[in-house]
Formats: sequence, structure tokens, C-alpha cells
Amino acid sequence: MGSLQIEAILFYILASIAVGGALAVVLSQHVVRMAAGLVVCLGAVAGLFMLLHADFLGAAQLMIYVGGTIVILIFGVMLTSGALVGRVNASPGEMLGALGLGGLFFALMVFTVGAVDWEAVAARQPISPRDADLALDRLQTSETSNDNQAQAKADRAQTLAERSAGRSTRPLGISLLGMRHETDKLAGGKVTAGTGYLLPFEIISMHLLVVLIGAAYLARAKQKVKPNEQLTMTGGYSHGH
Amino acid sequence: MDTDVIPLGHYLLVGCALFICGGMCMAVKRNAIGALMGVELILNGANVNLIAASRYTALGIDGQVFALFVIVLAAAEAAIALAIALNFYNNLNTVDVDAANLLSG
Repeated sequence: MGSLQIEAILFYILASIAVGGALAVVLSQHVVRMAAGLVVCLGAVAGLFMLLHADFLGAAQLMIYVGGTIVILIFGVMLTSGALVGRVNASPGEMLGALGLGGLFFALMVFTVGAVDWEAVAARQPISPRDADLALDRLQTSETSNDNQAQAKADRAQTLAERSAGRSTRPLGISLLGMRHETDKLAGGKVTAGTGYLLPFEIISMHLLVVLIGAAYLARAKQKVKPNEQLTMTGGYSHGH
Repeated sequence: MDTDVIPLGHYLLVGCALFICGGMCMAVKRNAIGALMGVELILNGANVNLIAASRYTALGIDGQVFALFVIVLAAAEAAIALAIALNFYNNLNTVDVDAANLLSG
């Protein structure tokens, strides 16, 4: 069994787990079960990221989503669990309508995705990291290949594949520092230094800081003391002295 | 191409399925936190598309950078929405989104 077959099997397992978790989030009526389904779905999506050679993103997904966002959501569930509610669940009619609309939308998207020949689209573009890896694999398995075109493609792929073979942390860090390596498409895939993502990185870090301060301000525990009661209470206290 | 190689369309279909599950979750759930989980599912579907494009097209590392930004924005959104849900619960003693009709004139 080749590595491509193992990759395909892993993809179908992880994809079915992710979609099953998402369906569990939609269909379950208890909010803690929904959170559990979300954990399963996000974990499987992290596995899909690993399968796509985005190792840093897979780890970040596990740490930030499964470790952070889910904990926040479960805290929210716990803090609001004493809600006086008559009917929190959707009625079967609403559920059927939503399932019908969602199924129609999904069918539309399936037709849209299926109508595009993705191999032809990729062939018109510069070489992708995946094609570079595949060409490199083919070169290593069949050394005696005399195909000049495949040889040239593999040579062009060499630098790209060495960067992209499951080592995305270094290029990510460099691009966030504002010195992104980019392939010059006109000069035959030559790697040059381009402008990176320093400004978006700064903006998003300030955004996160402001949002967290705002969230802490909004969610702080308020004293449930009315102004009049507070006045009389302090007055009575000072009068006693 | 080999039959074992996964086409890009399959990853896009997984992203579609997550997106639609999230949209249905936002539409159907009456619990505010349930609707929030739908938003997380939608953002994850978008992330699957971005990272599949970064692997399967010449987009390269840019797709991963934007997926990282989406993850950070999702964390910020979860924090602020939870704070709003807590305030909503403190004021109305419920998390039913249909009870939020104070501004409906």
C-alpha cells in the first residue's frame, strides 16, 4: 500500500468524522452534546490540516479551538445553565424546513464544485506545492526516467518542495515578520523576497487585545445594588457612628 | 492522474458541508450559544477551503497566513459573543435568542 493510498484512506476517515461531528452539532438538542460534537469536528479538521501539510495550522487549531474556544463555550454553557426557558429546542417543522433548505444549498454547491475541472485549472497555474511534492516523489522512485519535461518540472519543483514538505512554521513566521518568500511567476519560479504580512499581523494583534479587554469589561460581575438602597445603606452606616 | 490522489474538489466539499451545517445551526438553534457554535463551524469550513487552496494551487503559504488570521478572529469573536450572551442572560434570565426583542419597536 503506497503512501498515496494511505493518504486517501486517512482523508476519507477524517472527512467523515468532521462532517459527522458537524451534523451532531446541528441535530442534537442538548447544548453540552453540541459542544462535544464541535470538539470532534474541530479535531478532525485539525487532522485534515495535517494531511494538507499545514502542520503549524493543525497544531494551532488544536490549541486555540479545541483548547481555548471550546473551553470558553463550555463556560458559557455552565454560566447560563439556570435559564428559565420554556422551549429552547426547535420544533420538528422548523428542523425539517432548515434541513430541506440546507440540503438544497448543499446540492447547489456540489454541482458548482463538480462543474469545475480542478486539474485543468491547476495545470494553467504555476506549480503548486502538492504537484511539486508529487513530481519529487516520482523522480525519487523512478531514477531512470528519461522524460525531459518531467525532469525540468521536478527541478523547478525542488526548491518549492523542500520548503513545503510539512515544514510550514518557518515560512509562516517569516511572512508574519514582513519578509515573505515568494516565487516569481515570470522568472520561472525563482524565489525572491516579497512584502509580507507585518501590518495585518499588527492590526490583528491590536484587534485581539481590544476585543479581550472589551469582553472582560462586558462580562464583569455587576453589583446588583440599586442607587437608592446604596445611599440609605451608607447613610445608615455613618449615622450609626 | 492516479485514482488514489484526492482531488481538490473533495476538500472543497468537506468545507461546503461544514459551512452548511454551521448555517443550519445558526438558523435552527434558539440557544444563543448554539448559534455561536454554528459561527465556529462556518469559519472552520472557510479554513478548510483556504488551506486546501494553499496546498493544491500556487497560493502557497498565503492561504495558511489567512487561515491563521481567521482562527484569531474566531477566538476574538467567541470571547465577545460569550460576554454578550452572559449580559443577555443577566438581564433577561434566558438565552433564547427570540427573547431579544427589546428594540423591536
